[in-house]
Amino acid sequence: MASAPPTNPAPKTNRIGLSVLDYKGGKTTLCAGCGHNAISERILEAMYEMGVKPERVAKMSGIGCSSKSPAYFMSRSHSFNTVHGRMPSVATGAILANTSLLNLGVSGDGDTASIGIGQFVHLMRRNVPMIYIIEDNGVYGLTKGQFSATADVGSKLKTGVINDLPALDTCSMAIMLGATFVGRSFSGDKRQLNTMLKAAIAHRGTVMLDVISPCTTFNDHEGSTKSYKYVQEHDEPIQDINFVPAFEDISVEYDAGTTVEVKMHDGSRLHLRKLEENYDPTDRIKAMNRLNESHRTGEVLTGVFYVNTEAPSFVEMLNLTTEPLATLPESVVRPGREVLEQVMEELR
Amino acid sequence: MATTDAGIHHASTHVNLKPVVNDMSIQVATVNGSGSQSSNTVLLRSIFQMGVPVSGKNLFPSNIAGLPTWYTIRANKDGYIARKKEIDFLVAMNAETAKEDVLSLASGAAVLYDEPLNLKALRDDLTFYAVPYDKLVGPVCPEAKLRKLVKNMIYVGALARLLEIDMAEIEKAIRKQFAKKVKAANLNLGAVQAGYDYAAATFTKSDPYFIQRMDKTRGKIIIDGNAAAALGCMFAGVTIVSWYPITPSSSLPENLIDYMKRFRIGADGKATFAIVQAEDELAAVGMVVGAGWSGARAMTATSGPGISLMGEFAGLAYYAEVPGVIWDIQRVGPSTGLPTRTAQGDILSTAFLSHGDTKHILLLPSSAEECFTMAQDAFELAEQFQTLVFVMSDLDLAMNNWMADPFKYPEKPIRRGKILDKEDLDRMGGFARYKDVDGDGIPYRTLPGTDHPSAAYFTRGSGHNERSQYSERPDDFENNMARLDRKFETARQFVPRPEVVMNGSEIGILGYGTSHWALIESRDQLRKEYKTETDYLRLRAYPFTSEVHDFIRQHKRVYVVEQNRDAQMLSLLKLDLEPELMTRLRSIAHIHGLPLDARSVTDEIMTMEGK
Repeated sequence: MASAPPTNPAPKTNRIGLSVLDYKGGKTTLCAGCGHNAISERILEAMYEMGVKPERVAKMSGIGCSSKSPAYFMSRSHSFNTVHGRMPSVATGAILANTSLLNLGVSGDGDTASIGIGQFVHLMRRNVPMIYIIEDNGVYGLTKGQFSATADVGSKLKTGVINDLPALDTCSMAIMLGATFVGRSFSGDKRQLNTMLKAAIAHRGTVMLDVISPCTTFNDHEGSTKSYKYVQEHDEPIQDINFVPAFEDISVEYDAGTTVEVKMHDGSRLHLRKLEENYDPTDRIKAMNRLNESHRTGEVLTGVFYVNTEAPSFVEMLNLTTEPLATLPESVVRPGREVLEQVMEELR
Repeated sequence: MATTDAGIHHASTHVNLKPVVNDMSIQVATVNGSGSQSSNTVLLRSIFQMGVPVSGKNLFPSNIAGLPTWYTIRANKDGYIARKKEIDFLVAMNAETAKEDVLSLASGAAVLYDEPLNLKALRDDLTFYAVPYDKLVGPVCPEAKLRKLVKNMIYVGALARLLEIDMAEIEKAIRKQFAKKVKAANLNLGAVQAGYDYAAATFTKSDPYFIQRMDKTRGKIIIDGNAAAALGCMFAGVTIVSWYPITPSSSLPENLIDYMKRFRIGADGKATFAIVQAEDELAAVGMVVGAGWSGARAMTATSGPGISLMGEFAGLAYYAEVPGVIWDIQRVGPSTGLPTRTAQGDILSTAFLSHGDTKHILLLPSSAEECFTMAQDAFELAEQFQTLVFVMSDLDLAMNNWMADPFKYPEKPIRRGKILDKEDLDRMGGFARYKDVDGDGIPYRTLPGTDHPSAAYFTRGSGHNERSQYSERPDDFENNMARLDRKFETARQFVPRPEVVMNGSEIGILGYGTSHWALIESRDQLRKEYKTETDYLRLRAYPFTSEVHDFIRQHKRVYVVEQNRDAQMLSLLKLDLEPELMTRLRSIAHIHGLPLDARSVTDEIMTMEGK
């Protein structure tokens, strides 16, 4: 975490006058070197840099190492550590109750791709406006190192057990199902993850980020495809990402031939400089094809695979009033006497 | 065609019978999917409009079309509207069941049947009336594909003639049933008239049953429990509903969707509610928990299998102290058992739903009125106690038509429980989420989005201290468990109190839910037929209030009547009672998929009383 240089006693603040300390959480209880801690740092940073008020954020999680992590950043935000694999439904309910909050969900690969795959699928297809992060290490940490459903074929456990079952590609699935901002990053890639998170904050719809986050205790050895070393060696960023927040009124020059510009809901701009020719992050089919191809080539593809700022979110589909449903006054939620009289008359 | 039916040779005996007025059970046996529901509703409404107390019970299969279904209308001048065991008038439309249906009738019953079924040969102690439906329907319904549906209105007409139901009331009921569809109403009226005319020209009245106008339904409404519940939820200010279709609960959210679309869209055209059809019951209750945590009045409706699936979340909500309302429309057993039949079989599993030590508030509605009022009670209690509240309806109440007094507009304002806002926090400086500040076990909470740096707390299951911090300390756990227990004890003083009728008898009857209707009648049977006076307590909620203990203490024997096998409520009572009171409880438990009838209860009590 960035701290103020000793020569400057005035703490640095963001655009709403808060310091990084205002975004801090409790002390982590995860293992030293755990990728999840780095992700917590990036989330905290992105929220700080975007000037999101912590009180305007709701943190949601399921069960597992990843799902403990919301306790380790942004203590001034309400947080709900729910049940295993069912965070999406709780988040959906919370969001519908108060659409004015920014909802951030943290899950793991077990919590999402195994026990939670059903709720994951339906969260994606509803395009519920939230950021859904999978802290993906390919193993169950809290139960001591069993394979999860994102483990690659051929990946090896510490005990020598080889995984024979194909991995679920949560990014490919999310795109197919209807999520409107889908990307993959690596807990060790500060810049890429920070930029993606800032763009995620600006998006209105389901953001699904699969962040590979090595488990130093159970899955960081030779033979694992989710180790720091393996991911560093196989990481294939599909673009170079730049994010220009709406509140930074600056013009950024870019080459329209090599860079795709995406205008976000709040006026922010996402610049995706192609590292691969022909990659178009607004084309679902091509995105899914490229991801499927990466399974064959063994690349760990990262970047923003798909973004769609046009699709209506679930809140829009439900035609919800803008006031939070949670606190609508009695005069709005309890129809008058004449309504009851009318209904009674119809039933006579 | 014979001008009179085989009933003729009984006519001499029957005409001498004393007329039976406004006291009968009419059963229509059809095939599901044949469209008899409109006809049966018209029949029910016509009798109701004539001022005669009436109920309608639909006994239907788990099937869309082609399996037998029976609709029973009970008209009773004394207001007994529970199921009656004996059928007095059978309308036999289903070839598949006709023979068995006729053979099961008591001597003296009447049968209106489809002529080709040729039922009259089966018995010589019944009155038979044959109607050639296929011949009659042609002239009144030129469109062949509608005949299957319209045919059913012919029996309405024939019954109107035989029972002397006022044709003007039938017309009124049809106009109501088909509302704006004037053409359909006229078509159906034509069929009713054809049935009536045929009966007038052909039948000699040889059964004793008559409907006569009286004045016992004035001002009342007819509604099913699920619609009543939906209305109650709307007036309780529900804002979020998530549900997964399951019989017999689906019509609750479906009614709610209709009502909310009519009455809860704001002036700006925006919805002041969200109703979501979830992917399963786990997600349905998950959304309720999320919405309740965020501060919304949230609910779901389900039945036994859904309750099982909601078990894990029920525990989380209990420990994290999140409000929510769950309607359990009880039905018989697992999915492929008798899913379309009524039961009170989820009492124990719901009272303690989930893992660890959990116990939940249950509300026990008996009537459509209580579906309406308990919807409001449920939301009030859920937010007051920051916990799930289960409303234990059943299929009989939820899906059948009931007479009811018009619902009263809620007089009490909506109260949201102990919620701290920014101003409270400014004043207090901070708060401890799970601290028992007031000594009632109920802590204070804040809602996400509260604009104060100390508003937030981290919500998790059982492992937390008063400040909602992660803790595995034994004392933190014990203190929290004791406080949760204190909270539940406080709830005893706030849940709906039982209805108690005291006559100074040493025999008490204790029942709940739809058993109430059979018990009213059974107590009268005991008094009239056996000179046995009884006292009565109708439970309306769990945890049990002091009246329940008092009632058991005041009686030598208390018959606990319920619609399950294992005496579930009796077991729950035992957990609450001093040992010497336990032995006073006697179980009368019936489970067969049919609503409870009075006679079964009366007979069993008399047997157990040794009379």
